[in-house]
Order: sequence, then C-alpha cells, then structure tokens
Amino acid sequence: MQILKLIAQRIALGILLLFAVSVLIFAGTEILPGDVAASILGQSATPQALENLRRELGLNEPAIVRYFTWLGGLLTGDLGTALSNRMDIATSIWPRLKNTLFLAFWAAVVSVPLALILGMLAVRYRNGWIDKAISGFALASTSLPEFFIGYVLIFFFAVKLNWFPSFSTVHEAMSFGDRMKAIALPATALTLVVLAHMMRMTRAAILNVMQSAYIETAELKGLSQFDIIRRHAFPNAIAPIVNVVMLNLAFLVVGVVVIEVIFVYPGMGQYLVDHVTKRDVPVVQAVGLIFAAVYITLNMIADIAAIVSNPRLRHPR
Amino acid sequence: MANPAPKHDGRLLEIRNLRIEATSYPPGEPPKNITIVHDVSLTLERGKVLGLIGESGAGKSTIGLSSMAYGRGGVRITGGEVLLNGRDILKAGKRGIRRIRGREVCYVAQSAAAAFNPAHKLMDQVVEAALQHGTASRAEAEKRAKALFRKLSLPDPDNIGNRYPHQVSGGQLQRVMTAMALCSEPDLIVFDEPTTALDVTTQIDVLAAIKDAIRDTGVAALYITHDLAVVAQIADEIIVLRNGKLVEWGDTQQIIKEPRQEYTNQLVSVHRIDHQEKPATSSPILSVKNVTAAYGHGAIRVLKDVSVDIHPGQTLAVVGESGSGKSTLARAITGLLPPMEGTITFAGRTLANRLADRQREDLRELQMIYQMADVAMNPRQTVAEIIGRPLEFYFGMRGRQRDARVAELLDKIEMGKGFADRYPAELSGGQKQRVCIARALAAKPRLIICDEVTSALDPLVAHGILRLLLDLQAEEDVAYLFITHDLATVKAIADSIAVMYRGEVVRYGPKSQVLTPPFDDYTDLLLSSVPEMEVGWLERAISGRRMASAGN
Repeated sequence: MQILKLIAQRIALGILLLFAVSVLIFAGTEILPGDVAASILGQSATPQALENLRRELGLNEPAIVRYFTWLGGLLTGDLGTALSNRMDIATSIWPRLKNTLFLAFWAAVVSVPLALILGMLAVRYRNGWIDKAISGFALASTSLPEFFIGYVLIFFFAVKLNWFPSFSTVHEAMSFGDRMKAIALPATALTLVVLAHMMRMTRAAILNVMQSAYIETAELKGLSQFDIIRRHAFPNAIAPIVNVVMLNLAFLVVGVVVIEVIFVYPGMGQYLVDHVTKRDVPVVQAVGLIFAAVYITLNMIADIAAIVSNPRLRHPR
Repeated sequence: MANPAPKHDGRLLEIRNLRIEATSYPPGEPPKNITIVHDVSLTLERGKVLGLIGESGAGKSTIGLSSMAYGRGGVRITGGEVLLNGRDILKAGKRGIRRIRGREVCYVAQSAAAAFNPAHKLMDQVVEAALQHGTASRAEAEKRAKALFRKLSLPDPDNIGNRYPHQVSGGQLQRVMTAMALCSEPDLIVFDEPTTALDVTTQIDVLAAIKDAIRDTGVAALYITHDLAVVAQIADEIIVLRNGKLVEWGDTQQIIKEPRQEYTNQLVSVHRIDHQEKPATSSPILSVKNVTAAYGHGAIRVLKDVSVDIHPGQTLAVVGESGSGKSTLARAITGLLPPMEGTITFAGRTLANRLADRQREDLRELQMIYQMADVAMNPRQTVAEIIGRPLEFYFGMRGRQRDARVAELLDKIEMGKGFADRYPAELSGGQKQRVCIARALAAKPRLIICDEVTSALDPLVAHGILRLLLDLQAEEDVAYLFITHDLATVKAIADSIAVMYRGEVVRYGPKSQVLTPPFDDYTDLLLSSVPEMEVGWLERAISGRRMASAGN
C-alpha cells in the first residue's frame, strides 16, 4: 500500500527531525561559556572543587558520550536534575505540562470549530458585510498583542464584572468546574489570538476550491450555498486548512508564555521563564525539547491528515 | 431569424427573446458591457432532442444553461423569458430556481472528470440531486442509479458506484454523469459537449449510450456541440448559432443536407483539403529506429520498439487514442524523455538521447508547436518579443534586423504588423496558434513537431491553420511530425501515416496505402469511429464494429 508507506515515511522523518533538534539543543548549550559545575558553584569556587564536581557530574567525558547519556536519560523518562533547586526535572515538569495541555486543549476546542465555521460563513457571504465583519473582527483580535487582550479581559471580566478570577492559579485539589472557571479568561485570550489565522486560511482554501467545475455541478443540482461549501468544497480544502490548524495548536502549547505569565497560570511557559532567569540549563534543555516534540508531532499529524484526505492516495486505482 | 420555426405542441421549454450580457474588462480600457446572446427564441417539445451548434463564442452553452437560470462566470440574463413546464423560471426566485435545478432540468458537462467531486464516491454524487429534492429514498435512488449504470453499459453496474472518480476512465465517467442527470428523472437534460473531450473510439460508445438512454427514458434534451456530425446522430432538430444570434433552425436532415444559410453551409462542408501525397525519398530527415521508452525508471513502457521515418518537406501523421504513446514519441524525439533503447537520426547525425547533451543546431532545427497555444506563450511578453526570442537566441539578431524579420514572419502567418505589440491575451485562439507557428519558424527548422495543434480550435479556424501549415511547408520545405487523434486532419495534411495503439505502431506507410483496405482491426475501429454527417451513421457503425474500443 502506497499510503501506508507514505505515512511511515512521515513518521520516520518526524523522529529523525526530533533527534536532529536534540543535537541542536545539546550543541547550543555546549557552546555557551562556562559549564554546569561553574554555574552551580558560582564564581568563587576553587579549581579543585570544580574539578571534583565535574568528575561527579561526568562533565569530563567527551561531548559525544555526554550527549548519549543525556539522550538515554530522556528516552527512559529521566530529564535530569534542575540546578537551581536540585529537584528532578521530570517530576516538576509533569504537572505543569498537564496544566499547559489542559489550557491548550480547551482553547483548541473553542477556537478550531469556531474558525472553521466562521471561515465557511465568510465564504457563503463572500464580499458581503458578514464576510467583512468576520474578517475585520478576526484580524483586529490577531493584530492586538496578546498581553493587551489579556489585560482588557481581566479589566472587564475580572475587575469590573467580577465573573472570573484574574489569577488563573490552579492546583491538584480543584474541582473540574473551578478549573474551567480559572482558565476561562486565558483560554479566551488564546482563542482570539489564533482565530484569525485559521479562519482566513479556511476562507482562502475553500474559495480556491469554489472555482472548480464540480462546484458548478453541485449548484446545478439545486444544492444550497452552504451545503455546497460544507459537502463539496470543504472536503477538498482540508489539506491546507489542517496545516494551519496544527501550526496554531502548536502555538497554543509552546507560545503561551506571555499569557501564562499574565494570568499567573502554572504551566510550562512560566516554568521556562522562571528557569531561564536562573540560567538553569538542564531545565531549559528539557523544556525546549518537549516544545520541539509538540511542534514536530503536530506538523507530522498535519502531513498525515493531508495524505489521508487525498482520495487518490486512499483509494489507488 | 431566417426561416419559420417548425410547428410545436406539448411544449416543455420555450425561450423567448433571450438576452444575455456580461461585463468585459479589456486591458487599459474602462469595463464595458457586451451582449453574448441577442434575443434568441426557441422551443423544445417533450421527449425531443434539440441540437445547438456553433463555434466557440456562439453562445450555445450560455443558452443551454439559461434553461437552468444559470449564468456561468458573471454572465447575466438581462432580458426575455425562459418558460419551463409553462412558467417563467427567471422569475422563480433563488429558492424556486434551486427546486428546478437537479429536479426538472439536469446538466451533463463536457469534462466529467472535472465535474465530479474527487472527494466523494460516485454513487453519493449520482443520487445526491434525487435525495436533495426528496424525489426518492436513498435505497430507491441507488436502485435506479444501478439500473441506469446497466442501461449505459457501464462495467460492473452494481459496484461501480463505490468507486471514486479517479478510479474510472474518462468515457465511463461521462456515462456515469449521464446516469447522474437521469437519476432524478428530470424532464430536460442539457448535454454540454458531452463527447468532445473523448477519443473517437470512446465517443461513439458514449454517444450510443446517451442516445439509447434518451430514447428509453423519454427525457427531452438540449444537445450542445460544435460537431455537426455528432449532433446529426442524436438530434431531432438543430439550431445553428453564431456570435449569439440564431442563424438557422430546422430538422436535422434539412440542416445537414439542404442548409439554407451560407454559414451553415460552411459548417457542413468544413475540412475538405485535397492534399497530394508526396513519394518517400531515399534519405529521411528524421529516422526513429526501434525506440523503446518508459516512465518511472523503466517501470511503465509507453513506447515499444517504434520505428518511423520522416522525409524532408513531408508530413508524417501519428494517430491513435489518448494513451497510445503519440505524445511520448514526440517527447522521445525531442529528448525530453530519453529513450531506453533505439536510435534517433536527424539530418544524417545521430541525436544524443538526452536533451541536455544535444547541440544548439539540433535544438534549432527541431521545433515544436503545442495543443494549448495560450499556455505555450509567456503572457507578459508581446507577440514581437515571443517571435523575436528565437531570432536572438539562435542567430544573435538584434534591433532593426530582428524587427524586420519579425514583421516578415508575421506576414507569413497572415497577421499584420499591427499585432507585434499585442499580448497573447488580446489574441483569438487561432491567432495564438499562428504566433506559435511563427515562433517555431523563426528558428528556420527542418522539422516541426505539431502536437494536436488544431484540437483545441473551432473547425473553421483549424481549417485555416492546416492551410497555413501546408503553405508554409511548400515555401520553407519544412517537415512535420503531426500528432493528432482527428482522422479528418490526417487525410488533409499527411504524406505518410503511423497508427499507434498501446505504445506500438500497428500500421505505417504512405497515406494512400494506410487508408486503403484491408485494414487491421484497430485501424478499422479508428476509421469507422469518425462520425459522418449522415443520419443513421451511428447505428451502422456500432453494428459493423470488429473490436471494442480501448476506453471501455
């Protein structure tokens, strides 16, 4: 089967890419001046103490060996130890990753269907006032910086109306309802940020398909405009749309730093920012690799979706 | 209108004083309104077939689609009435029109391959209109569709509906589209050039299937085509259109046998060129010896052991259906697809297999003209730049010398100097093809490969191009390798003929010999499939066939 081969190729490429990124991340931190031992002990450390710590941490081994030790740890779920607080990185990342994915999931659940429906509506009423209003609203919300949107939401919905908390702190003991209430504002802000891109792409991709002869066939069957868009245009526009949707989903996971900081949401972004300021290299490496993995996986899914949505590949002659 | 319309009762469709307009945007000028259809009136009785014929721009598709209150590409119906089943559908409103489309009137497009949605199974698309209008349940509609597939002699009628459009051949798709139109049991079907994109051998099957289906279901039809011989097989009456005006309306027999208008007469007597066959010489200009070529690193062999010769100043016509390897032969000769085996000798020297390894002289002396003239030219260059380019490239001509030669070439293709500064978009289809011919001639070639150069043109325009090519051959002593699927063209222009079938040359020799019986089965099929302007030809041709066409 040609299609299985294509999909297997994509997956293999994705894994290869992930390894390449891990090399880059490792090499990047290798190039930086100083090493982990110097960062731990500070500037006043004696050469003997540095030497001892280096031996203890295995820093005297060649870079290749250390890379594979690090990689081996990653593959077995050991992300190493944070320098700043000597905590196991994996145990401190896990709850934060869950929080980030929770927020991203609900932002995606709202924004993706909304973007698709708005895109189809814009095509249905193309060049009319509904189309212009949708495009105008979506573009405006994207052009505004996310911190601005965040503060506007806090000002109205938390301060003035008091509907939602302005701090989105969540913890293990919270009920699902409380959690949802806590993430309402950051999820809204994220939705507004990613909406326009997906909606505009949906509109453009469908409009492109609307030129096809089979759209005329559908019109001459007496189908309504919206049925034509939904049944005949949309299935042929999936590939470009999925690509943009996945890019935005990836942004929901890795691009939330600003939003998490504004809403004091205990996710990956905040964790990353905290440790960047503390020059905690192993944490930055681990978070960077997780973000890279999210990006690569989602884009791989987009590629596979594009392959699967093509009937010529799904049903060869 | 030239003659009184025949008497009618039981009218299904009546178009009165139809006027259709569009806005055109000529480059560098303000938009202007143009009238595409000028006050055309026609009537169609229940169960009858009316042929609409004319060249491109005659307004035949536009008139056909007006019976569904549809204007393609921004065209506006601005006047007149379209009475269907006694009511004016132009006044039906958006919802009213939707209830008519796909229920009372259905449409069969020229290219079924483009008109089917690639994302859905055939059956889903075939029954869609019937379900949309609630005329049948899904099970009933599918049962009806399968019966129609059987009637249209599609292979495996019970399961073909589970296939996707790309899994079915072009001729089959055209029949599935006819089944789709018939499935909602409409009163009228608009057939818009349904066989034009098909090979002759496939066309005859589809034509017969459509004719039987029309007869058995009693549906009325508007049959749009530019081919009088085709419409003569199927229509009860014919309307001849030109530039959006009605030229002549009459019985099929009267139109093809006793046309009353000069223009109809021209259409009826098109493509008659008497070309005297030239004898073969001892030294061919191009000699293709035992050439085998394949796509996909030898996986799919598309040319098998092909050997042909072309003599200086003569024309070799290569005929066959699509997929027979005609264009691949051209690609092998030009080096675009390097042959796996065999040799190609040109003007006494052996040509390198790969295009990149060839000398500039080889490139210059071997030129090509393509089917789609408009995509073979850079839309951002003027005619003078397009023709001037080979002059600069091969001969290093510049400035006044080049301009003089461009003017000379424009003169040769019977276009004046005034065209030099025009862009391709400002030219008609025939003029574009003439510019391509001039561009090929500019290189002073000894052989020009013409790949279906007249296939996209109206018969009268194609006739002009063939005349021009023959005149140029006499003047410049250039040889042609003429690839075509149209046997009338072959008779007009060839000195020798190679008939290709599935990558092999099945018949080859001087024209007189190839076209004289006894024929091999394939040549017989090919020759007997060319429609003749004769009522009843279709039935005779079908019953006299010795082998089924490859598209089946």
